[in-house]
Amino acid sequence: MNDVLRQQKFASRKRVNQIALTLSLAAMVFGLVWLVWILWQTIWLGIDGLAWATLTEMTPAPNDPGGLANAIYGSFLMVMLATFVGTPIGIMAGIYLAEYKPVSWLSSITRFVNDILLSAPSIVIGLFVYSLVVARYKSFSGWAGVVALALIVIPVVIRTTENMLQLVPPGLREAAYALGTPKWKVITSITLRAARAGVVTGILLAVARISGETAPLLFTALSNQFWTSSLSEPMASLPVTIFKFAMSPYQNWQQLAWAGVFLITLAVLGLNILARVLTRQKS
Amino acid sequence: MDTAIATRPKISVKNLNFYYGKFHALKNINLDIPEKQVTAFIGPSGCGKSTLLRTFNRMFELYPEQRAEGAIELDGDNLLTSKDDVALIRAKVGMVFQKPTPFPMSIYDNIAFGVKLFENLSSSDMDDRVEWALRKAALWTEVKDKLNQSGSGLSGGQQQRLCIARGIAIKPEVLLLDEPCSALDPISTAKIEELIIELKQDYTVVIVTHNMQQAARCSDYTAYMYLGDLVEFGTTEQMFFKPQRKETEDYITGRFG
Repeated sequence: MNDVLRQQKFASRKRVNQIALTLSLAAMVFGLVWLVWILWQTIWLGIDGLAWATLTEMTPAPNDPGGLANAIYGSFLMVMLATFVGTPIGIMAGIYLAEYKPVSWLSSITRFVNDILLSAPSIVIGLFVYSLVVARYKSFSGWAGVVALALIVIPVVIRTTENMLQLVPPGLREAAYALGTPKWKVITSITLRAARAGVVTGILLAVARISGETAPLLFTALSNQFWTSSLSEPMASLPVTIFKFAMSPYQNWQQLAWAGVFLITLAVLGLNILARVLTRQKS
Repeated sequence: MDTAIATRPKISVKNLNFYYGKFHALKNINLDIPEKQVTAFIGPSGCGKSTLLRTFNRMFELYPEQRAEGAIELDGDNLLTSKDDVALIRAKVGMVFQKPTPFPMSIYDNIAFGVKLFENLSSSDMDDRVEWALRKAALWTEVKDKLNQSGSGLSGGQQQRLCIARGIAIKPEVLLLDEPCSALDPISTAKIEELIIELKQDYTVVIVTHNMQQAARCSDYTAYMYLGDLVEFGTTEQMFFKPQRKETEDYITGRFG
């Protein structure tokens, strides 16, 4: 009798298991379909619009041949500068939170504000920098774009640096102090070093995030149809150019927009893979 | 026997009380740690033996809610109220922890790191020092061909000997060992115990251990602690064969708890 009951119970468990498995699979397929579709569309249409001229020529007038060289350069320059400005600030703030004052009112406030900044819509940051820099100097500029992007980098780097430093086992810190190591040296030579892979990963993810941001650049760097290496002038960037070209009725602009989307996707994918490789090496 | 010299106190603990916040973890401890001898602290978990050890290099100061009252004299100077920087005290009183903690750098740099903090050695002198420390810790022959490899690639027992080498490389006077073998297999443990007996020629060694056989094998003096009190302190022989207190006897013979 017990055996029969067991068989019945087992059969019903098996049924429930199969239903759960089917539903999970369906949900996964639903999610993946869109992702693959987006990637497919990007690759298909992107490669179509991609030519050597895309990398070497300036953004054209409607229905003229041209490329995205000035937008690629602008994006590269602003993302690089924003990372150079934002990373040291973020790492140092993260060190303060994790190593110097983990519990204090200043740290609690910093963490709270940082969380808000982390989830703030990027258009808010764009408008903020617009009123702070663009309105004051009466000109859209590459510098304003750099400031806006740096403001997005900083909270990401603060958060990852703090988290990664917290993961360093306290025993390692104690062992360093036990040798008579001064605090700054413990941080630079031991804890930061132990957390290096994680911190670098955070920076790479921040770079990946800002290379696709449109809203903060729309109000700050604006765009520029021509090549400029002066950061005090409006500067073209890939996301804003894509936005402008994709909304246009001109076929060659639309094609260039897809090429730009393809290039950004490729760059972000590369950064994500690099971040993965780095974290894997650590563990 | 030169017991007079051998038992000169290196560290004198006087009326030491210790608090974790409001919790009174060490109660009026008085203890003399003899120079160039091995002293073991034994007792059940939570009795305060590690806490006591961690006052000897002021490790507890890393945590703001912990404080010590009383005196711990190192060669007659109270190190709790010393005006010297705590780094200088820690250079004299080295420590090895329960879990091996190799630094994220090469084997060579693991040793050189601490030395560089206090001395400016030429690179050949530094090479000599690294070799000396690794030989002292009985690790040299195993790592001499891979000094540039990462310290975390070693086995647990080798890592722990690397930590001991790192501790003695800066030439401390006292070496504190906080359950140094609890994460190790019996062979590595035996090697470290041999090492401890060797080390007492040059250093005053204090070891916290859960393993009573270990205390019996490698210490000269033993302190039995229970619930924050120092119950009994004496030569290891006396503690294991003729303990004065009933509690000590119960713990040592395994009738405890």
